Amino acid sequence: MSSITKLILDQQLLSITIDRLCYQLIENHNDFAETVLIGIQPNGVFLSQRIYKRLLLIDPKIKSKYGEMDISFFRDDFRRREMIVPSVTTIDFIVEGKRVVLMDDVLYTGRTIRAALDALLAFGRPASVELLVLIDRKFSRQLPIEADYIGKSIDTISSEKVKVQFLQPEGEDGVWLNTSEKSS
Amino acid sequence: MSNQLSVRHLLGIKDLQKEDIELIFSTATNFKDVLNRPIKKVPSLRDITIANLFFENSTRTKLSFELAEKRLSADVINFSASGSSVSKGETLIDTVNNILAMKVDMVVMRHSKPGSAIFLSKHVHANIINAGDGTHEHPTQALLDAFSIREKIGNVEGKKVVIVGDILHSRVALSNILCLQKLGAEVMVCGPVALIPRYISEIGVQVEYNLRKALEWCDVANMLRIQMERQDIKYFPSLREYVMLYGVNKVLLESLKKEILILHPGPINRGVEITSDVADSSQSIILNQVENGVAIRMAVLFLLAQTR
Repeated sequence: MSSITKLILDQQLLSITIDRLCYQLIENHNDFAETVLIGIQPNGVFLSQRIYKRLLLIDPKIKSKYGEMDISFFRDDFRRREMIVPSVTTIDFIVEGKRVVLMDDVLYTGRTIRAALDALLAFGRPASVELLVLIDRKFSRQLPIEADYIGKSIDTISSEKVKVQFLQPEGEDGVWLNTSEKSS
Repeated sequence: MSNQLSVRHLLGIKDLQKEDIELIFSTATNFKDVLNRPIKKVPSLRDITIANLFFENSTRTKLSFELAEKRLSADVINFSASGSSVSKGETLIDTVNNILAMKVDMVVMRHSKPGSAIFLSKHVHANIINAGDGTHEHPTQALLDAFSIREKIGNVEGKKVVIVGDILHSRVALSNILCLQKLGAEVMVCGPVALIPRYISEIGVQVEYNLRKALEWCDVANMLRIQMERQDIKYFPSLREYVMLYGVNKVLLESLKKEILILHPGPINRGVEITSDVADSSQSIILNQVENGVAIRMAVLFLLAQTR
């Protein structure tokens, strides 16, 4: 087995993509008074923190609430896959009647988002829920779930892995595609 | 930190590693967060059925386990020994196997005989959780006590904890000693000579017969109830004398140089081991213990279900 790593988004493209996603959010949410941004633990929060920070830089008057949600207890693969390690949920507001934007780094089977929709109900009934993802892996969905805001769509096969890395605390920003190939 | 328990059953603190205890605490912190939400239920154990077998009376522990199970969406069946086939002469293994034949995955059991949980774990396939076996162990109580101490004063390691009262008949005492020692605390027991087990100092526990000295030494005092129901002979002359020598009251607490934390596993005999003004004071974390009990039991059930 050897593997090939391909860069999909480099540092510069990644920040352009994040800027675009921010402006798309602003187009749809005006001053964000009724909007809450929620990053999905553990990997989605690096994206959501970055987007929230950028939004505030673009327009400091943005009033959006920001939270991070752990969905481990709502997964449908508990006891069927690897061990689940819960992370921290920080949502100190009620989402009742709010417009929620869920954020995750990669949309693949859609199961994480299904669990997130379930987990979200514990905080009230939102007016609407939108989904923002950095990478959409097309043609691999197992559930009828699509994203509203997409950083980049890519075609992948199931043996491939997408690796998203944000500068934290050191290292290079970027998105890579890992392809494992069987050596003959 | 490992993310899986090293055991399949929770029979006693004795079998747990320090890492297991830390894992239970960190998971319980997550569940405590869930319990403070408007909707306090998660679907994790929706495909698990749990039998609560209480061969001995219990209020707090039984309710706490049942609530924990329901908050995790498990299916729950309850059993108490009074009015069951146990009084008709059925053996423990037969009773449990009959219940397991109804496709039960986990068993929470309280029994008056020490070792009954260990015995059961060797003969049936379900995950067993010991909710108190006679005078032996009561692991979830010890976990929630240590969790409550940690929550209140930051850390258990290096702290001094005294356990006061009926050490001889107390499963809470043994589980607490083992749990606190594994987490690096210093443990002392205090009580009438007749109620201190003879060889207890051999497991690294200090013994003190003077309550005032014990309280001056400690950061935390865990007050136990005198278990009249387990005393076949008289272990001390009178309850009044016990109260005078080993009862904690406000005057005694205020005469100490520092403020100590007061724990009590319940049920309280007000005016015996502690007076009402102590039980209701800000130093007492008795109701925090009850609150944390549900989160700890959710964590234990969740983590054991992962080992299935």
